[in-house]
Amino acid sequence: MTTPLQRADVARVARLARLTLSDDELDLFTEQLGNVLEHANDMSALDLDGVVPTAHPFGLINVFRPDVVTPSLDREELLREAPDADSGRFAVPRILGEAP
Amino acid sequence: MKTALSIADNVRNGSSTAVAELEQTLDTIAARNDELNVFLHVDHDGARVMAEAVDAAIARGESVGPLAGVPIAIKDNLCQRGIPTTCSSKILEGWRPPYNATVIDRLVAAGAVPVGKTNLDEFAMGSSTENSAYGPTRNPLDPSRVPGGSSGGSAAAVAAAMTSISLGSDTGGSIRQPAALCGIVGVKPTYGLVSRYGMIAFSSSLDQIGPFSSTVADSALLLEVIAGHDPLDSTSLPESSPSLLAHVDDGVAGKRIGLVKELYEGSSPAVVAAVMGAAEALREAGATIVELSIPELRLGLSAYYLIAPAEASSNLARYDGVRFGRRVDGEDVTAMMEATRTAGFGAEVKRRIMLGTYALSAGYYDAYYGQALKVRTLTINAFARAYQEVDIILGATTPDVAFAFGEKAADPMAMYLNDVFTIPTNLAGDPALSLPFGRGDHNLPIGVQLLGPGRSEAQLFAAARTLEIADGRA
Repeated sequence: MTTPLQRADVARVARLARLTLSDDELDLFTEQLGNVLEHANDMSALDLDGVVPTAHPFGLINVFRPDVVTPSLDREELLREAPDADSGRFAVPRILGEAP
Repeated sequence: MKTALSIADNVRNGSSTAVAELEQTLDTIAARNDELNVFLHVDHDGARVMAEAVDAAIARGESVGPLAGVPIAIKDNLCQRGIPTTCSSKILEGWRPPYNATVIDRLVAAGAVPVGKTNLDEFAMGSSTENSAYGPTRNPLDPSRVPGGSSGGSAAAVAAAMTSISLGSDTGGSIRQPAALCGIVGVKPTYGLVSRYGMIAFSSSLDQIGPFSSTVADSALLLEVIAGHDPLDSTSLPESSPSLLAHVDDGVAGKRIGLVKELYEGSSPAVVAAVMGAAEALREAGATIVELSIPELRLGLSAYYLIAPAEASSNLARYDGVRFGRRVDGEDVTAMMEATRTAGFGAEVKRRIMLGTYALSAGYYDAYYGQALKVRTLTINAFARAYQEVDIILGATTPDVAFAFGEKAADPMAMYLNDVFTIPTNLAGDPALSLPFGRGDHNLPIGVQLLGPGRSEAQLFAAARTLEIADGRA
């Protein structure tokens, strides 16, 4: 059994998911997500030791093809749909800070 | 009501043309789309070029495909080159995919004419289309009610006779539930039967593309066209497309059909009566009805609402304002990503991303996600045991008929419970379909659901056809 979802948990998860939540949203989502997790407690009460987890319905295995070069999507066409591009590449705001 | 089969026949034999069929579709869309909000984008020019190409091929005496000249509506989470594809999200507003989904290529090769992109719950997360960033779709049978979701636009396109067929996707019931609420046929195929290359991913171990239509035969035909191995989708099954249309009149004589109480109990009295009526109709057609209980199915909803959000939180990490779609500027790259995602996603998508992130996070993984994956195993094993006793399972698609706008929108858990009968099939990777059978409150249609083991689509269509005749919609 798990402890009820706290407001601080939701704030932490929002940071991990790169989402900014208002105070009202934090309150609402804490309640709503708590309800879903509470419903899930019907599972956590089960003794499932020894049950093998299923991540994929048909036990997917690696799929290989011959190593032959085939045409790819056109670079210019892809970059045309990007918010920002520069010199044939995707462009983003600065990642590193100023040198000290 | 025009079927895809009749349109293609008429186009091929010269009593109609692809252009004439398209113009009629465009007229119907123009007449009702403002009211119903079915299409987010109509590709008038592109569709005309495709229709003219079909007519030109026929004029040259070339053989044309089984969907020659049939207009079709496409759920807006399927990529079509150069056509705006939004997933009903602000975060993809204005984006034009640089490639076609494999299903689009197969439709065009079969002579079909994609006419436009239909509304859905944002990123296919929802059961009413109320989560679309572009406004809800209205149910053509009663515009004060939802069409279901997430593929509500594709279901409404067929229910409003804008097109005879359409494509949707089903992760936890997103084809079958709107089919039930709109009174049409909707099919969730076996996992891997239809290539998902070019489908915008929600929950990759559950998502599957499938058909909507007014008749059972049209869904069989459409599934035949889009199914079969695709090297571009590594989860695609190795075999070629199965023969389905040829088997729709096979009937159910000698079949054993399981009436599973966990798939209708708790429904409205009219829905329960419809399921019992369907069982009786199948029995009269020569099937044996076996009453079954599969208690594990009750756990499906809980497992699904951890597994699907967990996969979604990973799949939707790609919407970071870098490679496609919308960007909201920030002082550094992290601030840009956070501002982009905060402005671009709606509330339900945020809820599911956070639920999934939480279920996968350190300290909670075993209790939630890990436990859900084990329950998935229980579901698969329980279905496998049932299919040793019966060939097909019968149940309801939804607990009740189409609900009113706002009725469930404020309470996510109430909305999720609408999927309680459809979710277990997705967890197992098996096929299932919904078809209208009888009517409920307010004279609205009821959907009954037929489920089978993997790759059993042909016998599901045969059983569905039996019910279609029994319901007087032959």
